Amino acid sequence: MNLLETFRTAGEAIRSHRMRSILTMLGILIGIAAVILTVGLGKGAQQQVRDEINKLGSNLLIVSPGSTTTSGIRGGRGSASTLTMSDAVTLSNAAVAPDIKQVAPVASSSLSVVAGNTNWTTNVVGTTVDWLTVRARNVAQGRFITQDDVDQGRQVMVIGSTVSSELFGQRSPVGQTVTVSGNTFSIIGVLDTIGSSTTADEDDQVVIPQTSYASRISTSANRSSITTMYIEATSQSSLSAAYQEATNALTTSHGVTGTNRDFSISSQQSLLTTATSTDQTLTVLLAGVAGISLLVGGLGVMNIMLVSVTERIREIGLRKALGATPSAIRRQFLVEASSLGLSGGILGLTLGIVGAVVLPHFLNQPVLISPFAAAGAVAVALVIGIVAGVYPASRAARLAPIDALRSE
Amino acid sequence: MSAPPKTPILQLIDVRKTYATGHLEVEALAGVSLDVSEGDYVAVMGPSGSGKSTLMHILGCLDSPTSGLYRLAGTDVSTMSEAELAEVRNRRIGFVFQQFNLLPSLAAWRNVELPLIYAGMPRAQRRKLAFASLERVGLADRVEHRPGELSGGQQQRVAVARALVTDPALILADEPTGNLDSRSTEDVLALLSELHDAGRTIVLITHEAEVAAAAARTVRIRDGLVDTGELTGRAVRSG
Ligand SMILES: Nc1ncnc2c1ncn2[C@@H]1O[C@H](COP(=O)(O)OP(=O)(O)O)[C@@H](O)[C@H]1O
Ligand SMILES: [Mg+2]
Repeated sequence: MNLLETFRTAGEAIRSHRMRSILTMLGILIGIAAVILTVGLGKGAQQQVRDEINKLGSNLLIVSPGSTTTSGIRGGRGSASTLTMSDAVTLSNAAVAPDIKQVAPVASSSLSVVAGNTNWTTNVVGTTVDWLTVRARNVAQGRFITQDDVDQGRQVMVIGSTVSSELFGQRSPVGQTVTVSGNTFSIIGVLDTIGSSTTADEDDQVVIPQTSYASRISTSANRSSITTMYIEATSQSSLSAAYQEATNALTTSHGVTGTNRDFSISSQQSLLTTATSTDQTLTVLLAGVAGISLLVGGLGVMNIMLVSVTERIREIGLRKALGATPSAIRRQFLVEASSLGLSGGILGLTLGIVGAVVLPHFLNQPVLISPFAAAGAVAVALVIGIVAGVYPASRAARLAPIDALRSE
Repeated sequence: MSAPPKTPILQLIDVRKTYATGHLEVEALAGVSLDVSEGDYVAVMGPSGSGKSTLMHILGCLDSPTSGLYRLAGTDVSTMSEAELAEVRNRRIGFVFQQFNLLPSLAAWRNVELPLIYAGMPRAQRRKLAFASLERVGLADRVEHRPGELSGGQQQRVAVARALVTDPALILADEPTGNLDSRSTEDVLALLSELHDAGRTIVLITHEAEVAAAAARTVRIRDGLVDTGELTGRAVRSG
């Protein structure tokens, strides 16, 4: 029996047992689609967290003031900031910290911004020109503050998109003026919209030159004190070197020791690693669930194939009586089982991919297709289908024709 | 009769077949010796349970004896491989079963062509031979019908057409008329007589004397033993 006849016979068998063929394919289809979607959801969640953390800026270190502990009593957060503009100058020195690319000192407080009759309480940030690149932001309209704005202490302001819509609605804010603590600022630009990061609504803030903040806004005793410093390392790989340099430089200049440090440095990388590993666990868990569903689907397929081959042992006996060799029988069932497995696999892949495209619209959650998981699922389904179809058939093919023919 | 002894195409020497069912052993054939020469038309007759079907399965290489020797055209069957046996069943033997054994999903001609598929014949030629074979059994107008759309007699004629299609030297028919009315029985017996006239060797199994009468000679079988071989049978008498 040649290959063409084998395929024709297998095709006829699939068509004449329509219900069982459909059930077999359905079992494989659902198993594969489940694996693709659950793994895809896990991967999507992982990607989402990574994206959110990256919104804060890449290669980023954040220096926060630790309250002084001289009296043995910790002051409240921000009660007496230990960081000043001079710390930013120290860390900007390439001789002191060669692995630090840029430093953006930030002094901020929550204040009411007034435009005409409207007012909106938001985070007012005083910083330098490097803030934009360190925080990986862009300007959507107008321009960002310049070195000249900082040097001259100009009363200019770049606002976030939430602030813009709260104060100006649909109108363009660039060129308008607002007042903060009785000081008039003209708006020169609007930041791009990036949504919330892990720590705050990044669109609900306004940015002014650090010098204007110090002279007009700051209420601290030391007007050059700052609340945070954002440090950008020269690269991802130099992050730990930059961390070390910043720690050493600040420890020295503040005259503190390792045990009574008045500042702390955290990295986005550590946050990312924690978040990613948490999500990795989630993905593994989901993949496990998907794997089990594939296994259950596979057992269903095995069951259907076993029953169908058992039903057809008489047919196998008849074919042998008419001159079929055992290998001709095995080939027929191999082609039959793998056609079913393959078409179920392709349909399952298609369903999984369609689901990955459609689901994010309903779940507000990306679904990433993992080629590895998809290929693995198809391979497993194929193997299950083939083993379940061919093993009992090849056993039947070894029976004496009359024993097969007589079986009920 | 004293015809010159021809080389038997089928030769059984002290063939036994024992079935083990649980603790019980059933000796379906208890030492059968039988020669069938080329062109012979033998009816194997005996009551139900006497071992007729078991005998036919062994003759048709569908089953193997527990002991004893079976030579088919001079070759000891026990020395043949699976593939050789498949080829023997495919080329030399045509089977007709009491239960017809047609595949219900295939049209009549597709059932008839099955042995030709395993003989590796191209499709166009298979179709031609299958149609010719169906015409020969009087079913030219039923080639596209499925078994479910045919009467019992017609189904058995499809089975006969399938047995003929490879032009085998030996036809083995196990109670081919057992499920048929008298009209259809006559049709099938007429077909077998025609084949005998054309030189085929035929072994017809039956428990009915009227059917056995169609054959050239009758071998009686009882409790797994050959009772009387009329004409040329190698008789083994049992008490
Ligand atoms: N597969 C089998 N397993 C066990 N016993 C069997 C089997 N086939 C036949 N027999 C027994 O062997 C004996 C002969 O059976 P069989 O050859 O079918 O008789 P017949 O065809 O003459 O009616 C019977 O007693 C039957 O029960
Ligand atoms: Mg019988």
